[in-house]
Amino acid sequence: MSVALEMRNITKRFPGVLALDSVNLLVEEGEIHAVVGENGAGKSTLMKILAGAYQKDAGQIFVRGKEVEITNTIDAQKQGIGMIYQEFNLIPHLSVAENIFLGRFPLTKSKKIKFDELNKMAQQYLKELETDISPQSIVGELSVADRQLVEIAKALSLNSSVLVMDEPTSSLSPGETEVLFGIMRKLKESGVSIIFISHHMDEIFSIADRVTVLRDGKYIGSWPISELNEEILVQKMVGRQMSDMFPKIEAEIGETILEVRNLTVPGYVSDVSFELRAGEILGIGGLVGAGRTELVNAIFGAIPTSEGEIFINGSRVAINHPQEAVENGIALIPEDRGQQGLVLKFSVKENITLPNLKRFVKRIEINTDQEEALADELVERFSIKTPSLAQLAENLSGGNQQKVVLAKWLGMKPKILILDEPTRGIDVGAKAEIHKLIGKLAAEGIGIIMVSSELPELLGVSDRILVMCRGEKTGEFTREEATSEKIMMAATGAIEMGVN
Amino acid sequence: MEKANLKKQKNILGEKLNLDVLRGLSSFIGLIVLCVLLAIISPVFLTVTNILNILVQVAVISVIAAGATFVILTGGIDLSVGSILGLCGVVSAGVLKATGSPVLAILTGILLGALLGLINGTVISIGKVPAFVTTLGMMSVARGLAFIYTHGRPISGFPDSFRFIGSGYLGNIPFPVIEAIIIFVIAAYILKKTPFGRYVYAIGSNEIATRLSGIKTNKHKIMVYVISGLLSGFAAIMFIGRINSGHPLGGDGYELDAIAAVVIGGTSLSGGKGTVMGTLIGALIMGVIRNGLNLLNVDAFWQGVVLGVVIVAAVLIDQRSKKTTNL
Ligand SMILES: Nc1ncnc2c1ncn2[C@@H]1O[C@H](COP(=O)(O)OP(=O)(O)OP(=O)(O)O)[C@@H](O)[C@H]1O
Ligand SMILES: [Mg+2]
Repeated sequence: MSVALEMRNITKRFPGVLALDSVNLLVEEGEIHAVVGENGAGKSTLMKILAGAYQKDAGQIFVRGKEVEITNTIDAQKQGIGMIYQEFNLIPHLSVAENIFLGRFPLTKSKKIKFDELNKMAQQYLKELETDISPQSIVGELSVADRQLVEIAKALSLNSSVLVMDEPTSSLSPGETEVLFGIMRKLKESGVSIIFISHHMDEIFSIADRVTVLRDGKYIGSWPISELNEEILVQKMVGRQMSDMFPKIEAEIGETILEVRNLTVPGYVSDVSFELRAGEILGIGGLVGAGRTELVNAIFGAIPTSEGEIFINGSRVAINHPQEAVENGIALIPEDRGQQGLVLKFSVKENITLPNLKRFVKRIEINTDQEEALADELVERFSIKTPSLAQLAENLSGGNQQKVVLAKWLGMKPKILILDEPTRGIDVGAKAEIHKLIGKLAAEGIGIIMVSSELPELLGVSDRILVMCRGEKTGEFTREEATSEKIMMAATGAIEMGVN
Repeated sequence: MEKANLKKQKNILGEKLNLDVLRGLSSFIGLIVLCVLLAIISPVFLTVTNILNILVQVAVISVIAAGATFVILTGGIDLSVGSILGLCGVVSAGVLKATGSPVLAILTGILLGALLGLINGTVISIGKVPAFVTTLGMMSVARGLAFIYTHGRPISGFPDSFRFIGSGYLGNIPFPVIEAIIIFVIAAYILKKTPFGRYVYAIGSNEIATRLSGIKTNKHKIMVYVISGLLSGFAAIMFIGRINSGHPLGGDGYELDAIAAVVIGGTSLSGGKGTVMGTLIGALIMGVIRNGLNLLNVDAFWQGVVLGVVIVAAVLIDQRSKKTTNL
C-alpha cells in the first residue's frame, strides 16, 4: 500500500487559541481513516486546512509523496481532495445533476446546457453509489441523507482520491448510516481513501481501518483499529479514565406539569397526546423525519398547529409564538444549532444572554455587569471552552457551540426543557456530562422532553419513552419495559401499540 | 483559576477589538484625508462658514440615514424615506398654513412619518412582502399623495418660530447640526445599550434563532421601519424650514444618499453588522465631497459620477480590509 496523503507538523493558531499544535496525519491509499477527539480537539480545523478553507501557520502537506501547497479550495480539488462538509454546500433550488456539475456543465456550441447529457453524466455517478435519486430532483426536496449522497457524487465526479467526511452520520438514522457505510466500503475497495470524523465509537469500530487521535490540538498518535478497543480509545481521547457513560440519576417524579392533547401539525404530526411530570425525563424516539422535531416545535409555538390543546399545571395555555412558550417556562434546544440555536456572529456572552436580556434591564439600559456575570457563571458551569466571553460563537467547535445553546436556555431557569437531539456532534466526555446535567435538572424538578435518534441515549436517560412513526404516536414504554427492539419496531411502524 | 484565565484571555481579545476599532476608523481617516486634501486645494474649504455650510447640508440626510441604519442592520431596506420626507413636508406646511400652529404642524409631520413607517413595517413583517417591494410601493404612493395634496404647487413662507428647527442658530452653531448630533447620540445609545438594539443586530444576523430565543422579531422589525419613517418626518421639518417651502418633490432621491451614507459607514447590507456613528461619517464624507466638487467648480453631472465611484470604492476597501484581517 502506498501513502495517499500526509500532513506533517501542522500548526494553526486562532486569536487566543492554539487549535493545532504540530499535528500529523498519514492516510494510506484505500483506507478509511478515522480522526477522533473531544469537542474542540481540532479535527474540523485540520480538515479545513486540507480542503483549503483555512491556511496553516506551519507544517507540510504531501499528496502521493509530493509536497503541495493548498491555499484555496480549488487547489484542494486539483489534488483530488474532496470535502463533504458538516454544513451542506449544495444549492437547494437546483437539480441534483446541476449541483454535481456546477460550473462544469456540458455545453453546445452556442453555449446552451446539454441537459440530457448532464443528467446522464450525473446518473452514472449516482448509480455507482447504488442510490435511486433522480438527477432531475430538486436538491432542496431531498432528505439529509440523500443530500449527503449528492455531495459524495459531486466529490467523485471531481476525481477525488481522498474524501473527507466531517461527522457525516450526525444527522442520519441508523438505517441511513448503514447505507452510507456500504458506500464507503465500496469506495475504499476502488482505491479511494476516506477520512472519517465521528463521535460515535460503534461507528468507528465498525468502519475504520486506522485511527488518529487528537487532544486539545495535539497529536496523540495513530493506531490500527485492531490494536484498540472502545475503552482504550476513549481514554486516549480524553486523557483520563471514563466513568459510566449514562449515569442515571434517580429523581423524584412529581405532578403532571405539561399535558398535550390531540396535537396536529398538518403534514407532520397527527393527533399526538401525552403527559409530562415534574422531574421526569420523557424520551421521544423514532426515525429521522417521523415528526418529532415538528411536535416539539409546535409545543414551543415555533410552528402553527391545526388542532390540539396544551395544559400547563392543569390550566390551558395558548402558545402561538416562542415568546409565549418562554413566558410559560418552556425552553427548546433546537436540532440545528447553527441555524436555529445560535446567532453565529454574536459573541458567546451575547448568545447566552439573548433570551434573558429583559432580566438585566435597568430603566431602559442593559446592565452589562449583570449580563457578564450570568454569562461567566454559565460558561464555567458548563465548562465551555472559549478564550473569552467575547469570542464569536461561529469560532467555537461544534460541541462547545451546543453547550452555549444549553447555557443560554438554562440561564432562564425553565420549568419544562425540551431538547431536540441534544448530543448530536458532541464528544463522549461532553455527552456524559450533558446526560448527567439532564439528570440533575430533572432532579431539580424540571420536566424534560428529549428527542433522540440514539437508542442507547434514549434507553439510558429516559424515565419513559414515546415513539413516533410518520407523525403518529406508535408506542409508549416505561423505562422498565423499553428495549431497543421494541423501540425500533414502533419506530418503523411494525407494531401499533394501544396507547394507554 | 479558570476565572483568572478568562480574564487574562480578555486582553488578547482586547487587542483584536482594537483592530476592529481601527477598521471602523478607516472611514474616519478617509474623511480626514479628504478634508486635508481639500484644504490644500481650495483656500475656501477650511473657513468656518464653509464648514458650517457642509454640516447644515449634511444634517437632513444624516438624520434619514440614522433611521436607515436601523433598517439595514435588521437586513431590511427602506426606499421610501425620500418620498416620506416629501409628503410629511407638504402636509406639515399645509397644517401650518391652515392652523397657524407650529407645534401642531411639527407633530403632524413627525407622526405622519411614523405612521407611514408603521404601514411599511406591518406589510413587511406580518404580510411577508419583501422590504424592497413594500418600500418601493410606499415610495410611489407617498410621492403621489404629496402631489395630490398640493396640486403640484409648493407651499411657501413660514414664520421664524417654525423655521427654527431647520434654519435656527444656537449661538454660532446652526440648530439642525445640534439636532442631528442629538439624534445620533440617542440612536447610538439605543443600538449599543438597550435590549431593542441588541435584538436589531440579532435579527440581522439570524432571524430564526432570534425568534426561537423567544423574541418578538416581528414587533421589532416593525419598530425599525417606524423609526425610519419618524426620522424622515423629522427631517422633513428640518428641510422645509431651511428652504422655507414645502415642495411635493422635496427629498427626491434622498433614499439613495441615505443608503450610500450607511454603506460608506461600513454597515453591511445583509444586516447584523455596522454602527450608527459609521453612518454619520459616511454622510459627512458624501457632504464633504459634494462641497469640494462645488468649490472646484466641477460640473453637476460629473459630481454624480464621482459620488457613484466613491460609494463603490468605499465598500470595496471595506471588503478588502475584512479579508486580510479575518484569515
Ligand atoms: N475560525 C476560528 N476562529 C477562532 N477559533 C477557532 C476557529 N475555528 C476553530 N477555532 C477553535 O479551534 C479549536 C478547534 O476547533 P475545531 O472546530 O477544529 O474542533 P473539532 O475537533 O472539530 O470539535 P467538534 O468535535 O466539537 O466539532 C476550538 O477551540 C475552536 O474554538
Ligand atoms: Mg468539528
